[in-house]
Amino acid sequence: MAAVPRANVPRMSRIGHAEVARVAALARLALSEAEIDGMAHDLEQILAHVASLDALDTRDVPPTLHGFDLPTPLRPDRPAPPLDPELAVANAPARQGTAFLVPKVLEEEG
Amino acid sequence: MRDWRERYELVIGIEVHTHLKTASKLFSPAPVRYGEEPNHAVHEIDLALPGVLPVLNEQAVELAIRLGLAIHATVNPVSIFARKNYFYPDLPKGYQISQYEDPIVSKGWLDVDVAVPGGAKGEKAVRRRIGITRAHLEEDAGKSIHDDAIAGGADSAIDLNRAGVPLLEIVSEPDLRTPEEASAYLRTLRGILRAVDVSDADMEKGQLRCDANVSIRRKGETTFGTRTEIKNLNSFTHVEDAILAEALRQIELVEDGKAVVQATMGYDPERKRTHVQRLKENADDYRYFPDPDLIELRIDPARIEAVRASLPELPDQMRARFEAALGLSAYEAGVLTTSRSLAEFFESTASACGSPKSAANWIIRDVLRVLKERDLEIEQTALTPAMLAGLIRLVDGGRTTARSAAEIFAILVTEGGDPERLMVERGLEAVSDTGAIDGFADQVIAAHPDVVAQIRGGDDKPLNFLMGQVMKRSQGKAEPGSVRQTLIRKIRG
Amino acid sequence: MSQAEKVLSGSLRTLREALDRKELTASELVEASLARMDRGKDLAAVVTRNDEKALRAAEEASRRIAAGKPRSVLDGIPVVLKHNIVEQGELATCSSRILENFVSPYDATVVERLRAAGAVFVGRANMDEFAMGSSTESSIYGPAHNPWDPTRSCGGSSGGSAAAVAAGFAPIALGSDTGGSIRQPASFCGVVGFKPSYGRISRWGLIAFASSLDQIGPFARTVSDCAAAFELMAGHDARDSTSLPEPAPKVCERLDGEVAGMTIGLPKEYFVEQGVSPGVLARVREAIAVLDKAGAKIVPVSLPHTTHTIATYYLVATAEASSNLARYDGVRYGRRAKDPVDLEDLYRRSRSEGFGAEVKRRILLGTYVLSAGYYDAYYGKAQRVRTLIRRDFELAFAQCDVILTPTAPETAFRLGEKSGDPLAMYLSDVYTVSANLAGLPALSLPCGLSDGLPVGLQLLGKPFDEASILRVGDAFERATPHHRLVPPGAAS
Ligand SMILES: [Mg+2]
Ligand SMILES: [Zn+2]
Repeated sequence: MAAVPRANVPRMSRIGHAEVARVAALARLALSEAEIDGMAHDLEQILAHVASLDALDTRDVPPTLHGFDLPTPLRPDRPAPPLDPELAVANAPARQGTAFLVPKVLEEEG
Repeated sequence: MRDWRERYELVIGIEVHTHLKTASKLFSPAPVRYGEEPNHAVHEIDLALPGVLPVLNEQAVELAIRLGLAIHATVNPVSIFARKNYFYPDLPKGYQISQYEDPIVSKGWLDVDVAVPGGAKGEKAVRRRIGITRAHLEEDAGKSIHDDAIAGGADSAIDLNRAGVPLLEIVSEPDLRTPEEASAYLRTLRGILRAVDVSDADMEKGQLRCDANVSIRRKGETTFGTRTEIKNLNSFTHVEDAILAEALRQIELVEDGKAVVQATMGYDPERKRTHVQRLKENADDYRYFPDPDLIELRIDPARIEAVRASLPELPDQMRARFEAALGLSAYEAGVLTTSRSLAEFFESTASACGSPKSAANWIIRDVLRVLKERDLEIEQTALTPAMLAGLIRLVDGGRTTARSAAEIFAILVTEGGDPERLMVERGLEAVSDTGAIDGFADQVIAAHPDVVAQIRGGDDKPLNFLMGQVMKRSQGKAEPGSVRQTLIRKIRG
Repeated sequence: MSQAEKVLSGSLRTLREALDRKELTASELVEASLARMDRGKDLAAVVTRNDEKALRAAEEASRRIAAGKPRSVLDGIPVVLKHNIVEQGELATCSSRILENFVSPYDATVVERLRAAGAVFVGRANMDEFAMGSSTESSIYGPAHNPWDPTRSCGGSSGGSAAAVAAGFAPIALGSDTGGSIRQPASFCGVVGFKPSYGRISRWGLIAFASSLDQIGPFARTVSDCAAAFELMAGHDARDSTSLPEPAPKVCERLDGEVAGMTIGLPKEYFVEQGVSPGVLARVREAIAVLDKAGAKIVPVSLPHTTHTIATYYLVATAEASSNLARYDGVRYGRRAKDPVDLEDLYRRSRSEGFGAEVKRRILLGTYVLSAGYYDAYYGKAQRVRTLIRRDFELAFAQCDVILTPTAPETAFRLGEKSGDPLAMYLSDVYTVSANLAGLPALSLPCGLSDGLPVGLQLLGKPFDEASILRVGDAFERATPHHRLVPPGAAS
């Protein structure tokens, strides 16, 4: 596939075992040691391909954040009837009444 | 440690989260309701069901603009909603939609009057200008309910009624230097939020929540010390007490040669102590990025001008006017403008009685005392500006005594009424002619020997009857205190 | 095969005529659709159904049609939905264990609009888990098979939808396209697949993969069928902040078979011999010749940042996905791990057990590129290169009305062929991702066979100019017989 450079970029370690473990913790994914190694290998390969972007000078290029250039629409402040509470918790894996249940939450988050 | 204020200076910044007064949520049409059963005020969007999308509430934008203008800030023509990513059970999407690099409001300030001892009335105000870094729109999270009744205390219940309620986060510069300044800043800000009708800002209902960033430094130093953040302070007293407690904790550390560590602190109001909740070094990596579900928010300059034109007079404008045009002291003007209803009550009273100074005195001395004692808002009493003005005219015109006026005032507060008629009915009109009172007393004593004997025998109950007889004869003009004294003097000798 | 089943293989127009002339009822048509799905079960194209509900809807449609009051061209027509488009009361699993029991309490906008038009939802299609893939192999339902050759992939991620139309289960299926997920399976299965401009069809009720790239679109056997379904679904929706505030464009009336006077650009970067299989290139060149002969002007154009599209796409898409998939935490819906010891354990095990390997890989990549210290180098960089890619198209479209390319570099690959090599799988999206990055409308339509497998031709249009690509596609179809080719066994 000549249109796209394959990953023959030298294998510098962009992402190793420790990095993958750090990111997995952030993403709340429990991975085995073997899974972490496998993911590190795959991500390394993908990031090596992605390194082709380094060649582009984008200092004066604004980022594209959206599909088109319009301001965000505004919704009139009119409340709609709330969702039927039974429906709201119908898919809950654990509930008490109309509340969701989780193992005890210890600390408040800001 | 007692002289710490001479050796150390506090550097305090305040972050306020305030609920905006909207009927529906920031990004969903669910109604904003307090005190409902769990998940009875939610929309698919608040539950973060798969496939839902946010749409911004116009009124929340309007209110953010109002607050921005009220704090002399820049309302930015373009602002961006970003996702703040972290996992928490009361955060249904796994991210909070907030504003990060480009907030809707930036660079404002407000003037804060801090009461200090001294001055003719025992109090005076020092005015300080406090910078406001930014104010941004974001959504509130739900609530985790911890209760031993829930699964034997092993579980927490999650209620998302509050999830998505619009918040404005208002971040001050680290310009505050004392706990008192911090709470005065908060009071002033709350006054503004209410004055421009942006928020009810009721701390008890959790509509106004405060975090304080605190560091200490030796007097004269210009660099900042390591700061800690005290989370979730929910009353003015807690704000002052917690900052003081945290400052003392830091000073003690420093004096012991230990270092202050960057941390999130909790405050225990029972023990008046702060404690480390979480060290900042294992802080989350929030991975902020612009929310691709929302395009940038653009605000037309014409819209900003329209909002500006519609703003009511702001507390600081009013304060300046009270000082300059009505001749009030800075302290009086400051006190009277802490809430719109109080200021309006003052203005009506002043114009009806013609004496702003007297009106200010009466309100600060008597009205506020009653409100504080009975924990009432001015609207909850029977007293109206017309009544108070009537009473002030009676006093200032010398038609009743201060003491009688206090009695009339007490009636006006609880029952209301026409002060003049009350004065007449209750015989509270000032009578300076003591000779006349003497004469009436003699007549009454002569007419009721049996009653006089009863009083001489030690029973004071019929005294009121005799007083009423004197009042009747004086046609209600006698000052009741002197009538009573005259009668007792004449009967008991 | 019943008469109704035979009719079912025809175009929307022939079905409509048969219904309106009362040659068959909507109920018979829907029964035929269900029967065909029964027989084609092994394809694993349509994986969940609610026959009773479908038959009830068909009865109502039959009554309307009998009364001479069909609601639209789709009244009584069987339609297949992808498993990431929600319908009230129905499963929407995204082919993921984490959503295996999720029943939606609400409707997607497209579902609401198609139901209002009288369409009958006959089943929900297999897909790559959370639309992350190009082969419909990563699915709790197992891989979907290509009706042309069951040992081959039907493409992905909307492979089940493409296969359903190719196999004659329904004349219309909905898919979603984030990097080619409608067009590539359309190409592999020999059907028409249409990704409208970003913002044209509401995303309300589409379970998000990458919010700035996702777009719903139809599969059909002809371009005009796609256009008809598109008109009924498109148009402003106040529930989607990224929805263009304009009504649906009237594209059907512009399908006049004419291409004379239109200019078609061929991007030189897409026609590199080594990059595309010879069979694909041959069919595409023949198609160009057909359009040339029909009076279109063919011009070379350049899209110089083409080599950077895959890298840009995977950074943007995974970053957004890592955040979009944070809501699957086992708290309010979806899979929860058994007996969690604490909250962290609940999160980590629910997510690890619930997501498949490819989804985890992309969540990790996306989390990494957004994390502290890497944002500017990866996500920020990609968003800037995205601007360069958009500008490429703006310049190219200054010289032409429509851009023509192959849809995919090859025909349907064998199941399992690429599943061990994620990068190879990503690179097969090379011709399709740029339309998503630039928000362009794009169409894939059959242009013949190579070694007995369908080849797809891709047409790209200016933003919101769906009409031009549909017009060129329709004209091409009128001039060629390729759209009438059906997989062996699905013949009418
Ligand atoms: Mg904050
Ligand atoms: Zn905040």
